[in-house]
Amino acid sequence: MSTSFHLSWKEIWRNRGRFLLFSLVIALITLLILFIAALGEGLGAGNREYIEKLNAELIVYQDTAQLSIASSRLGCETRNAVQGVNGVADVGAIGFSSVAIQQARGSEDLDISLIGVEPGKPGEPPVVEGQALERRSANEALIDGMIAEVTGLQVGDRFNIRSPQGGEEEFYMLKVIGVTESQMYGIRPSIFVPIVKWDEIRPKAAPGRGAEDPACNVAAVKLQAPTEIDAMRQRLVAQVRDIDAVDLETAYQNTPGYSAQQTTLNTQNAFALLIGLLVIGGFFQIQTLQKVPQIGMLKAIGTPNGVIALSSLIQIVIVNVLGVLIGALVTFGLSLIFPPGIPLVFEPTSATTAIGSILVIGPLGGLVSVRLSLRVEPLIALGLGG
Amino acid sequence: MIALEARSVDKTYGSGTNQVKAIDDVSFGVEKGEFVALVGPSGSGKTTMLAMLAGLLEPTSGSVLIEGEDLGKMGEAQRSRFRRRRIGFTFQANNLVSYLTALENVELMLRLTGQYNAANRKRARRLLEMLGLEERMVALPRELSGGQQQRVAIARSLINNPAVVLADEPTASLDTERAYQVVETMAHLVHEQGRAGIIVTHDLRMVEYTDRIVHLLDGRLERIVSPDDDLSCLADPASCQMISDDVLGADGEKVAATVS
Repeated sequence: MSTSFHLSWKEIWRNRGRFLLFSLVIALITLLILFIAALGEGLGAGNREYIEKLNAELIVYQDTAQLSIASSRLGCETRNAVQGVNGVADVGAIGFSSVAIQQARGSEDLDISLIGVEPGKPGEPPVVEGQALERRSANEALIDGMIAEVTGLQVGDRFNIRSPQGGEEEFYMLKVIGVTESQMYGIRPSIFVPIVKWDEIRPKAAPGRGAEDPACNVAAVKLQAPTEIDAMRQRLVAQVRDIDAVDLETAYQNTPGYSAQQTTLNTQNAFALLIGLLVIGGFFQIQTLQKVPQIGMLKAIGTPNGVIALSSLIQIVIVNVLGVLIGALVTFGLSLIFPPGIPLVFEPTSATTAIGSILVIGPLGGLVSVRLSLRVEPLIALGLGG
Repeated sequence: MIALEARSVDKTYGSGTNQVKAIDDVSFGVEKGEFVALVGPSGSGKTTMLAMLAGLLEPTSGSVLIEGEDLGKMGEAQRSRFRRRRIGFTFQANNLVSYLTALENVELMLRLTGQYNAANRKRARRLLEMLGLEERMVALPRELSGGQQQRVAIARSLINNPAVVLADEPTASLDTERAYQVVETMAHLVHEQGRAGIIVTHDLRMVEYTDRIVHLLDGRLERIVSPDDDLSCLADPASCQMISDDVLGADGEKVAATVS
């Protein structure tokens, strides 16, 4: 071990320029892989965050909507029927739409998800500052932490929502009464208003004030026994007409584009890892090819194959770890200076998985060169064999 | 006392009509403290013979013994271990590990044999000093001249106190003056330390430092002569058919039988 380490370390140190350059290549691959992972996490969270954090176990859809939130419409009667099913603790109507917050002159309007919820019911997120929604139709809103960060809005501030009504743009003034933690939906930050107010503000093909008891898109269902999700799902579908019910994970996996987006990013990540594998493998293969006469000489003087193989492997690990370390540090540094609106989330689990993958592909890529060095004939030292 | 012995060694490559006999029934011995030149024209089988003497190549038939141990009876790993402990090697080129200094190259043998300690490291320094490299110990191979590199290789080949020291054309890439220095140094250390030394060379000027000359021709042992003999027969084999009996080693009878 010590002789193998001695050989690998001396070679790295005496050729540090070359090995550092290669470590930087690995660092760039690390940077790329970590960013793709962060983008996947960021975009994924941007799509699923609100649903994932819901204080409910099931989401109920209109059965013909095929789990598309935008296509689903649930009326008051259906919600009441769901509420009446044995085992349901509470039901909250939720409506989703996209509008924009008008910002100060000179700044672009901020696209947001406008989410209508029933005050005090499942679907309304907990506040981290201020107070929860209380009145069914007041001009009050909860904003998520991202909006507070980007716009500077605070509890007590008023802001304008721009929403197309028929062919016209209408503006609605709302007052911030509370701030929630980040609750993104549809890759946009969210504001939460009472469902009646939501029905009034949401973009409509024809102008109108909104219904007194509006239809919503879906309903969040809180169960009396949160562990009996599957049984309750079946019971709801059996007892309430024209609905479909799924757990939260199924719900966000069926949000528009979520699965396709995650598959695309995972494919990109796999290709980046494959490229890393080929680059690392190629570098050490070329390096070994250049050293064939020297390896032959080492074997001729009696150096065991194990020392030569271990020395190559240690070298690959050192260069790889150094590259990954540099890449991770640079990524961490960059993550600190990125503006909050960019959907990059450096989540510890996915970052660790990405780093672990690169640490594994390094030695894997180098195995070909280790095999090559083991096959070098000592006779090469005498100009014989090949 | 015989340190190295080749007994009726044959080496054949290929099979059937493509069969080539690279070495044909060669026998000779080298005593401790004896420095022998293996000479012959290109293609005469010198390097193949050296490879078999080092256990890098297995004879088709016959055997090679070093200090009485038959290399053919050892497994690959055992031969590798035997080489690093009992055989010192100097090559024509690519002799040194490019990223180790002169001293580290010599010490590498100590590391490989588990003898890397203060006393032996001191010995490595002394050996390099003895070879006139006291100022070049921390130089990398690329910073050394060809002659200096060969002297480092000689030091490396001797540091483990091997029974046998083998050198394959160590002077091939050197100018005459450095070539003489290298061979003279090798001869001196082989004699002084009581090793059995074999140098493969095609340069007949180098044989003056050796004790005996084993002449190979077309894979056969053509003759064994003394450097003091008339060496013109080595350059022109047809002019000299006799074996000089007075230079036969301990295995002289066998050699005479082989060559006659």
